[in-house]
Amino acid sequence: MDFKDTPEEAAFRAKARAFLDAHARRRSPGESRPLFDSEDPSVVAEAQRWQATKQANGWACLTWPVEYGGRGARPIEAVIWSQEESHYRLPPDLFGIGIGMLGPTLMAHGTDSQKQRYLTPMARGEEIWCQLFSEPAAGSDLAGLRTSALRSGEDWIVNGQKIWTSGAHYCRFGMIVTRNDAGVAKHAGLTYFIVDMQSPGIEIRPIKQVNGAAGFNEVFFSDVRIPDANRVGAVGDGWRVALTTLMNERASLSSGHYRPSVQPLLRMARGLELEGRPALESDDVRQRIADFHVRLRGVEHCANRTLTALSKGSTPGPEASIGKLVMAPLGQQLASFAVDLQGLAGGALDEDFDFQRAFLGSPAMRLAGGTDEILRNILAERVLRLPPEPRADKGMAFQDIPKGRS
Amino acid sequence: MNFDFSEEQKLLQQTARDYLNQHAPLSVCRRVLESGEPFAADLWKGAAEMGWLGAAIPEAFGGAGFGRLELVLIAEELGRALAPIPFGPSVALYSEALLQLGSESQKQARLPALAKGERIGTFAFAESAGRPAAARIQTRFEGGRVSGTKLAVPDGAAAHDALVVAREGSDLSLVLVDLAGPGVERQAVKSLDPSRPLARVSFSGAAGERLAEPCPDLSAVLALLRRAAVPIAFEQLGGAARAFELTREFALGRYAFGRPIASFQALKHRMADVFVALELARSNAYFAAWALEEDAPELAEAACSARVAAIQAFELATTEMIQMYGGVGFTWEYDCHLFYRRAKGLAALLGGLGDWREYLVRELERGAAA
Repeated sequence: MDFKDTPEEAAFRAKARAFLDAHARRRSPGESRPLFDSEDPSVVAEAQRWQATKQANGWACLTWPVEYGGRGARPIEAVIWSQEESHYRLPPDLFGIGIGMLGPTLMAHGTDSQKQRYLTPMARGEEIWCQLFSEPAAGSDLAGLRTSALRSGEDWIVNGQKIWTSGAHYCRFGMIVTRNDAGVAKHAGLTYFIVDMQSPGIEIRPIKQVNGAAGFNEVFFSDVRIPDANRVGAVGDGWRVALTTLMNERASLSSGHYRPSVQPLLRMARGLELEGRPALESDDVRQRIADFHVRLRGVEHCANRTLTALSKGSTPGPEASIGKLVMAPLGQQLASFAVDLQGLAGGALDEDFDFQRAFLGSPAMRLAGGTDEILRNILAERVLRLPPEPRADKGMAFQDIPKGRS
Repeated sequence: MNFDFSEEQKLLQQTARDYLNQHAPLSVCRRVLESGEPFAADLWKGAAEMGWLGAAIPEAFGGAGFGRLELVLIAEELGRALAPIPFGPSVALYSEALLQLGSESQKQARLPALAKGERIGTFAFAESAGRPAAARIQTRFEGGRVSGTKLAVPDGAAAHDALVVAREGSDLSLVLVDLAGPGVERQAVKSLDPSRPLARVSFSGAAGERLAEPCPDLSAVLALLRRAAVPIAFEQLGGAARAFELTREFALGRYAFGRPIASFQALKHRMADVFVALELARSNAYFAAWALEEDAPELAEAACSARVAAIQAFELATTEMIQMYGGVGFTWEYDCHLFYRRAKGLAALLGGLGDWREYLVRELERGAAA
């Protein structure tokens, strides 16, 4: 048992660091990432320049094959790269959805000409991609989506609405799942396409979130034409293609190297007064801090078990799937507790610790990329092999499934 | 990054699991619980023969000369079996204290018999309920004699020797006392987990021998408890994992409303939560095992985190076990209560959840590994 790199890993890390030192500035201790204003086109251009520099030097989409602009690196090397990259002050990464999820989907299910046309510009950051999956009435039950695609000659005509689309306004292409046949069971009538986001009939509206930011969009499709050549996978096989995308989403969400700590909470509790003494001297406060810490450390050590499996070239075990389910509610609980501790002042946005901002942003983590509830279902059914949920819509044609409000 | 046990270590663990499957079914735990036997003597002898009791004791002192990483995996297996033997008190506490703080001659004189299981050691600390405080240690060590009364001494009736936390002048000392000697009175007390008995031990001028290295204050005692907490966290983890496996199996076989109860989301989600608690406990325990083996600066924080997570996981797994079994889970006949008792008994063994959260925050305040 040790936490050291193998000699090959250490050499790889040194190379990564040398490239980063030559092209970027290391963040000073405590320096946070700059807030990203996605409305600012200069930020998008800067992000694209950095992606192009990385790609030209072999440091973009590391696990992709070289022929598509990647490096052909091992998964553990991709983790080492992202660990190193996180120490530098860099523009925001707008390419994760494309490179992490959509690119691999195209590699698995796309035609040769689709791969030739799209993958390398995606790797270089020349063309940014978005994911058009969720709909107002299809979230956790994604296969219940309603956006329709009807064949018309060499094209498909698409009508409907997508939601929670990150970055739709600066993306050149999107991957969309549509319903081509409502007369068959819901999973069987879906088809997956590449859509040009500049097509006529697409309207993008930003969604203002709880925390005031607007990272997501609604995307409306009115008689949008998609050529059949842009279809990914067979007609009616869209669910299988979408599952590839979703599997890659979970993999990219759980491979983070984010290492949060209770130290900011501890520092705040030391400075606050409660009953005439520092809040940190209160037994209740101490007990809560300890609990938060144990869960944070548990997730961190879990991640190291996952990295160990990657380093050995084997598939991570079930421990790899608990990270988000622990961290998302924990982030919310920790922020809520910290705001409570501030007493009457808790209602004001705090400059030093920013727990209020975390509190407002925290609900998103419990929803994005699989809600807490869906993650528990996945653990129960795939890891613990408990019986699946009974499906009230099993065997029914999609058009006959009760719909309720959207 | 190699945050895993080696193939040899996993093989050792599998051997232990096979042995215990054969020699320590849950009926052995029940036998001790119901009969009033102090411990399963046959299993204790077997554990000694397998080299488990001396796993962390160097060969020069009669042990098997493995490391702490082997010791914790054995502890995990003993936990799975709810082994009714004095492993925690004798191996994780008493033998570990000798290894850490004993002189060469104390180790020579005592460790071989402990490794062979011929003598059983224990740890006599608590004198009152509540979080340990130096001021509440009234037992005295003066002129080589120990006087005072210790509560809830694990295996206090069966053990041959005790390590007694006593006041010597203004300091504390750790004193070795032969429990069969004059001036020692032992009285069995009812145990929450009768498969692991407790005794009240009174000393009136009993002969004692100070451990060579000083242990002058409570923090030195706690350092010792933290080392013991690591293998005991694995014991807790083993018990929790076994309880959860049995619960899952039961819920798959039990039908209500025409379905296995394991198909109800209310139960599935709670089983997912137990799984998460187990993985958090396992990951914290692994890190503590590494820190113990390496004597890393992170050991204090890691041991506290491992113990908190292990207490929580074992308690969650066993409370959910009884709840999901339903009424039969509350019967004497079913094994649920064996797990439920062991979970709370092991939590009490080194002091409970609140104590260990407090010890953890003290480490975090020092800025260690946070």
